Amino acid sequence: MAFDEYQKREFKQVGTRPNRPDGVDKVTGRAMYGADMTLPGMLIGRILRSPHAHAKIKSIDASAALALKGVKAVVTGDDFARPEDDFLRDVQENCMARGKALYDGHAVAAVAAIDAATAKAALKLIKVEYEILPHVTDVDAAMKAGAPIVQEGRTLENVPAGMSGNVTSHSEFGHGDPAAGFAKADKVVERSFKTAATHQGYIEPHAAVASVTTDGKADLWCCTQGHFFVRTLCAGMMGMEASQLRVTPSEIGGGFGGKTTVFIEPVALMLSRKAGRPVKVVMTRDEVFRATGPTVSTSIDVKIGMTKDGRITAGEAYLRYSGGAFPCGTIDMGGQAAFAAYDLEHVRTYGWNVLTNRPKEAAYRAPGAPQAIYAVESVVDELCLALKLDPLDVRLKNAAKKGTKSSYGPTFPDIGLVATLEAAKKHPHYTAPLAEGQARGLSCGFWFNFGGNTCVSLNVNTDGTVGITEGNPDIGGSRASVSLMAAEELGIPYEQIRTIVADTNSLGYNDVTDGSRVTFAVGLATIKAARDAVRKMCLRAAKIWDIDEEAVEWKDGAAVPAGPNAGRFPPMTLAEIAADSFATGGPIAGHHEVNVDGAGVSFGVHLVDVEVDRDTGATKVLRYTIFQDAGKAVHPDYVEGQMQGGAVQGIGWALNEEYIYGRDGRLQNAGFLDYRIPVASDLPPIETVILEIPNPGHPYGVRGVGETPIVPPLAAISNAVSRAIGTRMCELPMSPPRILKAIGTTA
Amino acid sequence: MKKLHVSTTVNGDPAEFVCTPDESLLDALRNRLGLTGAKEGCGTGDCGACSVTVNGRLVCSCLVLAAEAEGAEIATIEGMAEQDRLHPLQRAFIDHAALQCGVCTPGILVAAKSLLAKNPEPTDEEVRYWLAGNLCRCTGYDKIIRAVQSAAAEMRGA
Repeated sequence: MAFDEYQKREFKQVGTRPNRPDGVDKVTGRAMYGADMTLPGMLIGRILRSPHAHAKIKSIDASAALALKGVKAVVTGDDFARPEDDFLRDVQENCMARGKALYDGHAVAAVAAIDAATAKAALKLIKVEYEILPHVTDVDAAMKAGAPIVQEGRTLENVPAGMSGNVTSHSEFGHGDPAAGFAKADKVVERSFKTAATHQGYIEPHAAVASVTTDGKADLWCCTQGHFFVRTLCAGMMGMEASQLRVTPSEIGGGFGGKTTVFIEPVALMLSRKAGRPVKVVMTRDEVFRATGPTVSTSIDVKIGMTKDGRITAGEAYLRYSGGAFPCGTIDMGGQAAFAAYDLEHVRTYGWNVLTNRPKEAAYRAPGAPQAIYAVESVVDELCLALKLDPLDVRLKNAAKKGTKSSYGPTFPDIGLVATLEAAKKHPHYTAPLAEGQARGLSCGFWFNFGGNTCVSLNVNTDGTVGITEGNPDIGGSRASVSLMAAEELGIPYEQIRTIVADTNSLGYNDVTDGSRVTFAVGLATIKAARDAVRKMCLRAAKIWDIDEEAVEWKDGAAVPAGPNAGRFPPMTLAEIAADSFATGGPIAGHHEVNVDGAGVSFGVHLVDVEVDRDTGATKVLRYTIFQDAGKAVHPDYVEGQMQGGAVQGIGWALNEEYIYGRDGRLQNAGFLDYRIPVASDLPPIETVILEIPNPGHPYGVRGVGETPIVPPLAAISNAVSRAIGTRMCELPMSPPRILKAIGTTA
Repeated sequence: MKKLHVSTTVNGDPAEFVCTPDESLLDALRNRLGLTGAKEGCGTGDCGACSVTVNGRLVCSCLVLAAEAEGAEIATIEGMAEQDRLHPLQRAFIDHAALQCGVCTPGILVAAKSLLAKNPEPTDEEVRYWLAGNLCRCTGYDKIIRAVQSAAAEMRGA
């Protein structure tokens, strides 16, 4: 265990800001993303999607499409075997409907043809006979008695009897007796909130190229956050053995959780198998919005009691999440995260997942947490206003710290929330004067962070350089941070290391790039692979010097005798040992395989100043500062980048972004013009303050930083807007029409 | 559909391709000429990932017909570096970590170069408004603005 545990040390390279190894490829247009791959004889695949929110598929007649010159294959749900596993079956039915179309945009058939124009023409020739069914897209409406049932028989046993058949699961977390806690409060506030579904909004649409050969082997290139998981899912659906399906990740043009599953990949494989040729499928932006992603949409009630001096006596939350047309476990993470920032005697959350006729939820940065924490942090802010208390002082007074029994069960080890709040309090932003009509808001944020299955190989080349093979797509600079950690451990320059992301046949299983796990878990495995290589290099030195292995240690990139008794030998550098390796036992490589435990939770605090235009209802973000505990910032540029990017996604969620459904159950804004993500001119600079409270579960103290920054903006901005207009806002996004309604003006 | 023959210039070199009359310049660059640096993020001119210049004018190549390239001078991300020397903007983007996933980067670089050609000393606000047509979902734009300003200063010899 000793290697796992954090040990204080002086870093030489970790914490510096070298250039990323994939930088030149990405600024010159050479980097190959999902849609950039081409194979000989490749066909183009397109997907036909349901125009109805909910409809029985009575028949599909593809004969006219197949008769069109240049069409080589048609695929429908019937081409896939029906997996026994519920999870796999849901993913498959989301990729290609069977029997029923469950949302506007649900795939019902696909074609492969010699070019895009022919494929597009063929889609129009596929005749689908639908029987339109009543639909429901709102989470509260879907819970009502008599609501259309999206899927029958999906309710788990833990759902109380008498609820709508759309309720699939129930969860409860917490401890103590909230009723007793509320009785001790001087003020209790209870509020109901709604948050719209939002999309990850990665700029690169999903893309896949599949090549299935007649001997049953297959290659798949796709943009994904986790190619090993893609292999698991696709092999399951295709009835293939994992060894025969090699998945190679392309460069990935953003994911944020949305590329942790499959949509078009099994379709491309099936088209290729039927056509006997490689097939490329690339989604349009319209398809991305209608059929991938979004977050849960939610309806939340929160009740919090507080004493006059700002102590929270109890908290309760009722969370209703809809993950679309399939059962979804995100509610559990919302329930666990809701009160995580607080040290509470009495706390309880109740959660329900609800089916609606919307696309299947996919993870989006800290899935489930932003919504729940938005509701809690809004009520805390309302209590601070009512009791005339400083919102940072109240959070400091109630902050979770080392030894706190968290609202979701575990007792926290060293965590950084108090340090983060104190940094915010000291920062000039917190006391900067505000002009008339401007207001300041703040919120805490939290994410668990994940570890997971990880496998890394580290090869020592004979010229003294090092190649690292890892299995997690680099979504924002992780090749740089992995190289930095290896350089630190080996004691060689960063520039002498090259880290690549390998395909599924080159390495053992690696979990998906998600949960802020890569710098933490892949970093840990890299450090240990480096230590494995170091041990082997010490052995080689011992052999050359003819002394005991134990008498050799590694220092500053070289083997040295461990002490005066070990003998007197000059240091033998990594390059020297590597150059001799063929004569001393052959190539040198380090490996590490592990299911990483010990992820350290991450807290952040965001401060924001806003100004609301009372005529238009538009909110301008004037100043934004992020404080977050990174554990250890391995490459601070990319830590800041995660913090800034996550915050801006949260700003979009707070102010603009939402899935808007018409009465017909169709998505009305499936494009970047109408689903408006923040653009450069919407924003101020995003200032970042990195705190480093080491995670005891990582050798360098790394926690992971990607998820937490999307959590606080929702409440921070809502609190600022509510203070600016003098009315508590309880619905996201706070788009201009909602603001105008709140201040009593009509648009 | 009968195809059209197009003679054009791409990044200073002569180029020829055939295309359908309804084909976009982006599709022709990517699928006919193999220049996949320009990306399709939306196909509707909203994201700017396909930005190129046509006769010096910044356009979304998804909104330009390939046939319009006849006789024109097209510049794409693949032509931004000179031989083995990166353009100052390209270097600044790497030095300032102004990219994460990098898929919007080619379009943003082409757009930023076009800005600096017109306005060598823009304010931050001018940079933000010029790049408002280029969506980036990873960075929050902060480091992009800094990188553009750093390159602008270098190009001015400051």
